[in-house]
Amino acid sequence: MEVLNEFLRTKGIYSLVMILFFLGIYGMVLAKNYMKKVMAMNVMQVAVIYFYLCFAQKDGAMVPVLDGITNNPNAYINPLPHGLMLTAIVVSLGTTGVALALLMRIKEIYGSVEEVEVLRRASK
Amino acid sequence: MTQHAPLFIVLLPVSAALLCMLFSRIQKNLGSWIVIASIAGAFLSAVSSLQQVIADGGKALHYWMGNWQPPLGIEFVIDPISGALAVLITFIALLGSLYSLPFVKEEGWLHIGGYYTLYGLMTVGMCGMVITGDVFNLYVFLEVMSLSGYGLIAIGGKKSMLAAFRYLLIGTIGASLYLLGVGYMYALTGTLNMADMAVRAAEFLNYPLFALALACFVVGFGIKMALFPLHGWQPDAYNYAHPGSAAFIAGCMSKVPAYAMIRFLFFMFGVDTPAVKAALDVLGILGVAGILLGSIMALAQYDFRRMLAYSSVAQIGYIAIGLAMGNLYGFIGAVLHIINHAFMKSALFFVIGGIQYRFGEVNIYRLGGMNKKVAISSITVTLAALSMIGIPPTGGFFSKWYLLLGAYTSTQYFYIGVLVISSLLNAIYFFRILEQMFVQREASLTEVHRHKGKLGLPFPMALPIAVTGIGIVALGFYSVDIVTDIIKIGLPEVLLK
Repeated sequence: MEVLNEFLRTKGIYSLVMILFFLGIYGMVLAKNYMKKVMAMNVMQVAVIYFYLCFAQKDGAMVPVLDGITNNPNAYINPLPHGLMLTAIVVSLGTTGVALALLMRIKEIYGSVEEVEVLRRASK
Repeated sequence: MTQHAPLFIVLLPVSAALLCMLFSRIQKNLGSWIVIASIAGAFLSAVSSLQQVIADGGKALHYWMGNWQPPLGIEFVIDPISGALAVLITFIALLGSLYSLPFVKEEGWLHIGGYYTLYGLMTVGMCGMVITGDVFNLYVFLEVMSLSGYGLIAIGGKKSMLAAFRYLLIGTIGASLYLLGVGYMYALTGTLNMADMAVRAAEFLNYPLFALALACFVVGFGIKMALFPLHGWQPDAYNYAHPGSAAFIAGCMSKVPAYAMIRFLFFMFGVDTPAVKAALDVLGILGVAGILLGSIMALAQYDFRRMLAYSSVAQIGYIAIGLAMGNLYGFIGAVLHIINHAFMKSALFFVIGGIQYRFGEVNIYRLGGMNKKVAISSITVTLAALSMIGIPPTGGFFSKWYLLLGAYTSTQYFYIGVLVISSLLNAIYFFRILEQMFVQREASLTEVHRHKGKLGLPFPMALPIAVTGIGIVALGFYSVDIVTDIIKIGLPEVLLK
C-alpha cells in the first residue's frame, strides 16, 4: 500500500497522461471511422498538453505576477510551459481544422468517412 | 541591412504568403509573383548570411529576435551547414515556384492565391526549421511546414485527399512525439535554447529519461523524414501531390527533419554518449533495411512518381547509415547526400511533372521517344540517373564515396556491401527509364497541353529542369569546395576530437 501511494503521489499523474497518449495512438490505428481517427488524434495531442501542465505545476506557489511580496523565483509557478502549450493548442486547432476540411472533401468524393467504404471506392 | 539577413530568410516569405490571397483577389497573378519575388529575396538573404559565416571562418551567426538574449529569447543560428541548407531550400523553392506557374495558369484567383500561400508558408517552415536555435520554435516551424504540406498534397486532385489525410494522421503522431521529447528535455534541463540545452544536458546524459527523450526525437523525426518502417505515408503523398509542388516536397521536405536529427544527435548531445550510440545503431539497421526494401519496391513500380518515392526511401537510408557510422566521413557523406539528393530528386520530379503537364502520362513504359519531344528533360533525367547510381563526375558519386570512406574508417564493411548492391539496383531501375526514353520507338501520346517550340515545354518549366540538370553536374565538380569550405568548417565538436 505504501509503495502504491508513493507511486501514485510521484508518478501517478504521468502514467495517466501516458495512458491517454497511447490511447490516442491506439484509437488512430484501430478506429474504422475517419472522424473517430481525428478525435483520437486530438486525444493524443491533449495528452501532450496535459504532460506539460503536470510538470509545470508546483505546490504552494503563486501566479507569476510580480506583486511586491517576494522576488524569490521559487515562490512563483514557471509560466513558460503554459505559454508553450498555448502555442501547441493553436497548432492542434490548426491540425484539426485541416483534418476536418480534408474529411469534408473525402466525404464529398467518396460519399462516406468509413475506412472500409472509402478504400473500396478509392481502389475502383 | 546585412546584419538582419537571417531574419529576412523567414520574414519575407511569411509576409508575402499571408498577403498573397489579397493581391490575388486584386489581380489573378499578382499574388503569385509577390511570393516568387519574396522567395528570391529569401534566397539572396540566405546567400548573404552564408557568405558572412564563411568569411568569418565558420563562426556561427546569431540573430536575436527583438534583441532578447538567449537563453530567454529566441535566436536564429546560421552555421555553415544550416546556412548552406537554407540556400539550398530557398533555391529549390524558387525554381519550384517558377515551375508551378503554367500548372495554375488556367485556374481562378482562389486556386492560384491559395496555392502560392501554401507554397510560401512551406518555404518558411523549412527555412525556419534549419536556422532556428530554439527547440520549441523548431516544433512550430515543423508544424508550419507540415500543415502547408498537407494542403499542397491535397490540392493535387481527387485521389490526393486520402493521401493528405493519412499523412496528416501519421505526421501528427511524429510532431506530438517530438513535442513530448522537448517536454522531457525541458523538464531535465530547464531550457529551450539549443546551445544552452547542449551545455546543461551534459550531466543528464546517462539518465533513462534522456534515453526516452532521444527515442521520441528519433521516432518523431523518423516519421517526418520517411525513415524505413515509418515511410508508409510517403509514396502516396509524393505520388498524388500537386505536380507543381511535388519537386519541392520530394526534394526538401524529408531532408529538413533529417538535418534537425543531425542537429540533435551530433551538435547537441554528441555521438560519444551511450544512448546516442544506441540510437545510431538503430538508425543504421533501419537505414540498411530502407535502402534494400526501397530499391526493390522501386523496381516493382510502373508509375514514375511512385518509383521516385520508393527511391527516396532508399536515399534517406543512405543519410541514415551515414549518420550511423558516427565518424567524420560518414557525417560529411550524409550532409553532402542531403544536398545532392535534394537536387537529384527535384530534377526528376520536375521532369516527370513536365511530361505529365504536356502528355498527361506518368507510366514508365509509355515514355518511348521522349528524347525527341522534350530534349532538355531527357538530358536532365540522364544526369540525375547517373547521379543516383553514383557515376562520376555527378554529385551522387561524391556523397557515396564519402559514405564508403566512412564505412571503411569505422570498419563496418557490411555497409559497403549494402551501398554496392543498392547502386546496382538503382542502375537497373534508372536504365529502364533511359532505355524507354532513348531507345524504344515513340509511344503514341495525346498532347494535353500542346506546345511547339524547341524547349518542348513552357519556359518557366524548362528553366528549372535545365538548372537542376546543370546543378547536379556542378555539385559534382565543386564537391571538394563544398566539403572543405562549408561542411568541414561547420563540423560538430564531437567529430573533431
